[in-house]
Order: sequence, then structure tokens, then C-alpha cells
Amino acid sequence: MEFEILGNKDTRSGFGEGLAELGRTNPDVVALCADLTGSLKMDAFQKENPDRFFQAGIAEANMIGLAAGMTIGGKIPYTGTFANFSTGRVYDQIRQSVAYSQKNVKICASHAGLTLGEDGATHQILEDIGMMRMLPNMTVIVPADFNQTKQATIAIAEHNGPVYLRFGRPVMPIFVKPDAKFVIGKADVLAEGTDVTIIACGHLVWKSIEALAILKEKGISAELINMHTIKPLDVQAILTSAAKTGCVVTAEEHMMNGGLGEAVSQVLSRELPCPQEYVAVNDSFGESGTPMELMTKYGIDTQDVVNAAMKAIARKG
Amino acid sequence: MENSALEKVASQVRRDIVRMVSAVNSGHPGGSLGCADFLSFLYFEQMSFNAESFDMDGIGEDLFFLSNGHISPVWYSVLARAGYFPVAELATFRKLSSRLQGHPSTDKKLPGIRMASGSLGQGLSVAAGAAQVKKLTGDKGIVYTLHGDGELQEGQIWEAAMYAAANNVDNLIATIDYNGRQIDGDVEDVMSLGNLAQKWLAFGWEVLEMDGHQFEDIRAKMTAAKALCGKGKPVVIIMKTEMGQGVDYMMGSHKWHGVAPNAEQLSAALAQLEESLGDY
Repeated sequence: MEFEILGNKDTRSGFGEGLAELGRTNPDVVALCADLTGSLKMDAFQKENPDRFFQAGIAEANMIGLAAGMTIGGKIPYTGTFANFSTGRVYDQIRQSVAYSQKNVKICASHAGLTLGEDGATHQILEDIGMMRMLPNMTVIVPADFNQTKQATIAIAEHNGPVYLRFGRPVMPIFVKPDAKFVIGKADVLAEGTDVTIIACGHLVWKSIEALAILKEKGISAELINMHTIKPLDVQAILTSAAKTGCVVTAEEHMMNGGLGEAVSQVLSRELPCPQEYVAVNDSFGESGTPMELMTKYGIDTQDVVNAAMKAIARKG
Repeated sequence: MENSALEKVASQVRRDIVRMVSAVNSGHPGGSLGCADFLSFLYFEQMSFNAESFDMDGIGEDLFFLSNGHISPVWYSVLARAGYFPVAELATFRKLSSRLQGHPSTDKKLPGIRMASGSLGQGLSVAAGAAQVKKLTGDKGIVYTLHGDGELQEGQIWEAAMYAAANNVDNLIATIDYNGRQIDGDVEDVMSLGNLAQKWLAFGWEVLEMDGHQFEDIRAKMTAAKALCGKGKPVVIIMKTEMGQGVDYMMGSHKWHGVAPNAEQLSAALAQLEESLGDY
């Protein structure tokens, strides 16, 4: 397996490009932002569609309510702010006015997780996937790189219902082909293997690709699944792979509680009990630092994926 | 509509309210009774809508959002009496599998409801968003909301108030049920709203004050509010009401905010309210 690096960009820029393209192709798409237009890369949409761009100011609760209201009349609102302010700050607004009311709102969340970096723990939300996947009617998507974030941004406009789209700040390698088709709920098997299944989302997909090479040197054949949709989960992809390899590693830039790993373990415990190891933040807030320093310190780096894979394999007995 | 006809609607709506909450020994009669005149006027005279074929998008229609969702009994009764769904369905209020949930919801597809409410403070934002889409698409419909006065303690209301004024959302008419009561007591004692009219003025809204139990005044102020639409500012109506209006023993305190009358109390209430359109 060869992974060609197609470039290096941040996933938030993928969102910005996807939104700009939607602005040109779908007149029903409107966008709202809470004073972070530049950070979310929403400038192009704003410039090209000033009448369909709504500046909500630093008032996220109101922004979610506005977006819910804008679906009445047939618009498809995309809200943009940091992941922390997209979820924890407005959980009740999302719960009542979006999820319970089944409104076609796309909650687009940047700067998720530790890789927000130097701003520190106040802004580094690690609980958002958990909060969003607990909500009935909510689709939860965590794309892996720039290209996939752009593709997902465009794809969710065609899905009628609430979506949480999570992406980030750091520049990371691009490996998803620019013409790949994004299908909600359909995982991408990036590498086939026989000894262990690595199921990753977001920035941890690239870290897992790096881990594959190290594992290969150790003579370990790892299968890698990019689980870009956390909900609805591609159960068949998990079961097919775990049946073949007999053990699983989940890897995510999120709290162990409530994240991708827990979603996968729900499937395995009922359908196919087997060893599972978690690469995730273990019940801790983050801190200031560079994105890569933080990933290392909090145990969600390449070597952590390698170690987890070795441990999972050892537990197969 | 003649005032006498509106009074008949409101009287029947009040009967529906007390019967609905008494039947399941739960619900919120006080605020519901207080808003019966206003909502009767809104649906039987003020708004333009299509009750027979309810459509979520409501294109070309006026829209109404109930932000203080706990007074669902009055809204359900008015919706049924206005033709959105059979009045017999009022008997299912708060019962298992009913479309008439304790607080309004969209998931059971009750015609007339476009947004869940109950967790307070969210309706003004929703209404502002819906109103902006109407402006964006050249839809002349007006968006109406109703809020409790205690609900104004929620910060999101003021986020929405600031936004609507800053963005000239001038096809939006919000009404405040200014009955001065909330669950724990008088609003003045729980947390004073201060000078409410001055607050809204300072936020950049047109402010009207209205007696919520006099149809002449309701008509005059609602007509004035509509005439203010399209002139650059959102409009708020501070509507003075009496919690429990129409049932003597429920008036004058906050105690009937969320308490249902028992059988004896129900009889006493119904004796004061004319069955003008036929009970469900």
C-alpha cells in the first residue's frame, strides 16, 4: 500500500472551499458565522454571496436558533464557529431547535480537539463527538483531510437532516483523492491487512497511516479503516474487518468517553467480542502547546497507534 | 371579526384549556388562560395562513412561534378551533403517543407547529431566522412570536433582540405575555425585568403596549404593529395580561402556573366559561 501525499493543508480550508462551491451551485445554501469568518475560511462564501451570509456576532445560541428558523422556507443553513462553541456552549439549542425539531441545519465545527494548540484547554473540546452522537436524528461526520472535508461539506447539503461536521486547524498531509466520492455512513478501507484492524477518524487517520509503515517493519499486517462517519456507523465495515483480523484499535482526537472508540465497542461487544484498544484522550483536559507536542503528550500520536496495535494483537492470545 | 365572535372563541378555548389539563392532572393552565384572547385574535383575525393543508415551509403565509411552550394547551385549542386538526384530538393532550405533547414538538407531525419549544428563550432566534428567509425570498408574510415575561430572563432572548434590530428584521412581531408571574412567584421578586419597555427601546425595537384582554385594544395595537413592518425595525408588544384570566380562583397569583384543577375545581371553572362552540 502506498499513500501519496497530494499536498498539505488544514481541514478547515477544505470546509471553506466546499462551502464556496456550494455557494456557486446550490442557491438554497445559506451560511452563518459567530465572528470567526476568517478562522472558519468562510470568506469566499461571504464575498460571493453577501445576501446569503449572516454574521451572528459572538452569540452562538442565537446563531443556532436562527439557523433552525432559516430551514423554514427551505434554506440549508451552515453554521460556523469553533467546535467548543458549536456544541457544549449551545447543546440545548441544538437539542431542542435542531435535533428534536428535525431541522436541516449543518453545524460546522472547526478547531476541534487538542490540535487547536496554543489557545489551550478552554478551546480544546474533546467531548463534542460524544455530545453530538447522543442526539437522536443527528449525523456526525469527522473527515480525515482537506479533500475529504471539502467533499463532506458538499455531500451533506444533499442529506436532509441535522449534521455535525467536525474539522480542525493544523496543516496536515492530504491523501484522499480530489475526485473521491464522499458517502455518508460508508467507511473507507484505506489498507487491507490481516493482523489488526485500525479504525480512525479525523487527524488520527494520517497518524494511523504513519503507524502502518512502522507496523509493517515489525512484520505486522494492519487493516486501516477511515471511519469518517461516526453516526450512522458503518457496522458492516467494522464486523467484516474484525472477523478477519480478530482485534481492533480505535484512534481519535477525542475523549475516550463518548467517542468513536465507544461507538465501535458497542458494535463489537454485541456482535463480535474481541480485544479492542483505544487511542484517545483519557479523561483529561488539554493545555497550551503546539498541536504535535500535544498529540504526543496526550497519547494520540503515531507511536500510540503502533503500541495499541501491538497490545491488541498480544491480547488475541 | 366581531368582538362578540372573538369572545365566543376565547371562551371555548378557555373551556378546552381547563378540561385538557384537568383530564391528565398536569399542564399549565395559568398562562394558557391569560393568552387565550391574544391567540384567538391572532388566529381568527390577524394572521394569514392555510390550516387545511399545513406546510412546514409556510411560504406566503404568516408564521407563529410559541416560545414559552408550556402554555401549549391554549395553542393546541386555538389550532384545533382554527381548523389545523380535529378538535376531538384535544382529548389526547399529554397522553401516550399523542401528537399533543406536553410541550409543542414537530416529531409527531401535529399540523400548525414548526418548532419544538419548552426549553425557554429559543423562539425569538428561530423566528428571526424564519423572518430573514422571508425577506431573502421576497415573501411578504409576517412572523409572530409569543414569550413569557419570566422567559425574558434567558440570555438568548437578548442575543436575538440585538441581532434582529442590528439586521433590520422588520417583518417580525414579538409579543410578551406580561402577567408578572413565574413559577417561584412574582417576576418582580424572582428577578425584576426593570423597565421593560426601555430595555426593548434601547435594543432598537419599536415598542407597543397592549391590554391582552380587550379585543378593541388588541386590534388597534396589532394593526399598528403590522403597519410598522417593513420600516426597518422589529416590533415588540408588551401585552398586559392576568394569569388565569377567566377563572376567578386562578387569577391574582402565580399558583396556577403549572397546577391542574381537580374535578370540583374544574366544575367551578366551567361554570364561569360559556360553551360557545361546543366542547370536544
